[in-house]
Amino acid sequence: MSTQTLKATNKELYTKLMQPDVITGSEILLRSLLLEGVDCVFGYPGGAVLYIYDAIHGNPDFNHLLTRHEQGAIHAADGYARSTGEVGVCIATSGPGATNLVTGIATAYMDSVPLVVITGNVMSTAIGTDAFQEADITGITMPITKHSYLVRDVKDISKTVHEAFHIASTGRKGPVLIDIPKDISAHKTAFTYDNKISIRGYNPTVLPNKLQVERLLKAIDEAKKPVILAGGGVVYAGAQEELLEFVNKTNIPTITTLLGIGGFPSSNDLWLGMPGMHGTYTANKAIQNCDLLIGIGARFDDRVTMKVEGFAPNAKIAHIDVDPAEVGKVVETAIPCVGDVKKVLELANQKAKSAQSEAWIEELQKMKKEFPLKYKDDNKHLKPQYVIEMIHETTKGEAIVTTDVGQHQMWSAQYYRFNHPRSWITSGGLGTMGFGFPAAIGAQMGNPDRLVVSINGDGGMQMCSQELAICAIHNIPVKIVVINNQVLGMVRQWQEIIYDNRYSHIDLSGSPDFVKLAEAYGVKGLRATNKEEAQKAWQEALDTPGPVLIDFVVEKHENVYPMVKQGSTIDEMLMGDS
Amino acid sequence: MNTTKHTISILVNNQPGVLQRVASLFGRRGFNIESITVGKSEEEGLSRMIIVTTGDDHKLEQISKQLYKVIDVIKVIDISANPMVERELALIKVNAEPSIRPEIIGVVETFRATIVDIGPKSIMVQVVGDSEKVKAMVELLKPYGVIQLTRTGVAAMIRGV
Ligand SMILES: Cc1ncc(C[n+]2csc(CCOP(=O)(O)OP(=O)(O)O)c2C)c(N)n1
Repeated sequence: MSTQTLKATNKELYTKLMQPDVITGSEILLRSLLLEGVDCVFGYPGGAVLYIYDAIHGNPDFNHLLTRHEQGAIHAADGYARSTGEVGVCIATSGPGATNLVTGIATAYMDSVPLVVITGNVMSTAIGTDAFQEADITGITMPITKHSYLVRDVKDISKTVHEAFHIASTGRKGPVLIDIPKDISAHKTAFTYDNKISIRGYNPTVLPNKLQVERLLKAIDEAKKPVILAGGGVVYAGAQEELLEFVNKTNIPTITTLLGIGGFPSSNDLWLGMPGMHGTYTANKAIQNCDLLIGIGARFDDRVTMKVEGFAPNAKIAHIDVDPAEVGKVVETAIPCVGDVKKVLELANQKAKSAQSEAWIEELQKMKKEFPLKYKDDNKHLKPQYVIEMIHETTKGEAIVTTDVGQHQMWSAQYYRFNHPRSWITSGGLGTMGFGFPAAIGAQMGNPDRLVVSINGDGGMQMCSQELAICAIHNIPVKIVVINNQVLGMVRQWQEIIYDNRYSHIDLSGSPDFVKLAEAYGVKGLRATNKEEAQKAWQEALDTPGPVLIDFVVEKHENVYPMVKQGSTIDEMLMGDS
Repeated sequence: MNTTKHTISILVNNQPGVLQRVASLFGRRGFNIESITVGKSEEEGLSRMIIVTTGDDHKLEQISKQLYKVIDVIKVIDISANPMVERELALIKVNAEPSIRPEIIGVVETFRATIVDIGPKSIMVQVVGDSEKVKAMVELLKPYGVIQLTRTGVAAMIRGV
C-alpha cells in the first residue's frame, strides 16, 4: 500500500475541496481532479457529459479549454503531459466523442505518456442497449490503455480518479480511461477523498536488483567498445542528470532514440545522434560494431533495430527498464536491470568507473567528422533542412519543438539540436499525423513562458488545423511552421526508393493557402519561398507576441538521409547524393 | 527452443471485463489459448483462471510478464513447472440403442466415468480426468456416434503444501 500525496498545494483551496458536502458525481469529479493538482483540462461537451459541463460552468478553480475536435483535445493533453511531466487530462462525451479519442489514446499508449481520459457514457440503465450515442469505449480501448474503469456507483468516482492518476503516472506511464455513465455523474453523495492507494495487482518495481547492477558495471569494465542507447524512458524518469553523470564516469558514447532526444545533451562530445531508419551514420555503425550495448529506457522498436537478426551482432546487451516485459521482448538480453531508470543509474553511479574505451571513442569521433549529417544547399531553392537549422540557430536550441509525422519530423530530429529533456515532442511509436500542432497547444499551456515551435508537414497540418481557433481565441503564442513541399513527402520518398517512382496518391495540390487559412481563424500568417524571405518571416514570427503560422514553401524533391530500407540491417544505409 | 504445453494459473481481481482483458491480451500478442477456465477462488473478490497454452521458454516468459501488466492480475504461476493435478470434465452424449447399451456401459466403467442421463436412443457420459483421459474416452465412444460433446477446459492446482 502506498500513499500518494495530493498535489493541491493551495491550502485554502484544499480545505474548501475537502468539505464533506453532499454533491453530484460531476462535482466530485471536478474536486477530485483539482485535488490531483490538475490545472488545465482539454475537452469537448456532449449529451453524456452535460452534468459534468454544468459543474464546470462557473467553477472559478477549474481551467477548461474547448478544442474544436476531440482529437485536438487528447493530443493537447498529451503535449501538456510530455512537456511538463504531469498527467494530461481530457474530457469527451460518449459514442462519437469517445471514439474520436482513440487515435490519441493509442498515441499516448505507444509512447508511455501519462493521461487520464474521462468519457461520458449513456445512462447506466441503457448500457448495452445500443442506445443513442452509445459506444463500448472501455472495450474499444482495452488494448491501448494501461488500465480503464467503467464507474458504476457515484461513491466510486473519487477513489477511481485517485487510482487512475496513480496508475497513469507510476511505473511505465500510460493512459488510463475513466468512463462515467450520465446518471452516475448526476447522482449525489457525500464527498470523501482518501489519500491511500491500495491496488493489489499493481506494484511497479522501482529499485533495481543490486547484483544485476554489479554485473552491468563488470561488463563495462570488460568492454572495449561499449555504447549506450538512451530512450524516452530516460526523459520520463527525469534521469537526464544521472545519465550524464553515468556517461561522464564511464566514458561511453551515447545514442539517443527518437523519443530519447533531449535526454542527453547533443552538445556533448560523446553524443552520436539518433539510431535506426534515419539514424546517423555513426550511431548505426556504433551499434553494429559495439561489444556492449546498454539500452536505457529504450524498447528496441523496429525502426531502431531494423532487421533484428542482424542487430548489434557482436554485442552483449544490457537493458535498464522499468517495464520488465520490455526486457528480452525484442533482443536477447544478457544483463536485465529492471527498475526506475533514475534509481538504477543512481545506484550504478556510486561505483561506475571509466571503460577502456579510448580507441573506440577515437574511431567514432573520426567517423562523426567523416560522415556528418548533410544536405546539398543552394541559393535557388529553400531547403527544408535549412529551415530547421535556421529555427535552431535563432532559438539557440532552447525552444520546445513539437512535430507532426513525416520527413519534416526526421529533419527536425536531425537538424534541431536539443540539450534539455521535455523540449522535443513527437509521436514516435504510433507515428500519428495530426499530433504535432495540438500537442504544441498543450505544451504551451503547460509552459506559458517558453517558446513553443510546432513543425508540421503540409499533409499533417491539415489533420488538426481546426485548432488554429484555440490559438487565436486564447492568444496561445505557438509558432506554427509548415514545411510545405506540396506532397506527402515521406510517402513520396518510399514510393521513389522502394516502389520505383510509382507515385500513388501523394499529390497535395488543392491544399488551402495556409496563410489565408491562418488568417481565417484570426492567426497571423506569413509565407517564405527563399532563404531571405525565410529569415525575415521567421524573425517577424519571433517578434510577434501571439500565434503565427509560417508557410515555408520548400524544395519538393528533397529526401531524408541516411535511410535504411526495411529488411536491411542498420549499417546498410543509403546516404543520398549530397 | 522447444515448444511445450504449459498450464498457467492466474489469480485476478473479480472485476467486470477481466476475462476480456486477459483473453484479448493473448490474442493481441499472438499467444495461443488451448483452453481457458475461470471461476471463483478461495478468496472473496478474486477469481482464478487456468489457461493452457503452448510455447517455448521465451514466449512463456513474455506471457507471464505481459499478464503482470494487466492491473487486475495479481499472481501468475506456470503450474506445469511443478507436480500438479490437472482435471477436466466432459459430457458426451452418445448414440445408444438399448441393445448396444451394455457394451457402452462396459467401456464407461473401465474408465471410471459415469452415466448421468439415459434417453430413448442416447446416453450421456460424464468423464473427469486429465485432458489425455478425456480425449481417450471420447475416442472410445466415437465409433458409437457422438451426438454432442462439451468440455470444460482444465482446472489445475499444484500438489502438496
Ligand atoms: C494518421 C496518419 N495517416 C497516415 C500516415 C502515413 N504517413 C506517414 S508520413 C506521411 C506523409 C506526411 O506528409 P506531410 O504531412 O506533408 O509531411 P512530409 O513528409 O512531407 O514532411 C503519411 C501519409 C500517418 N503516419 N498517420
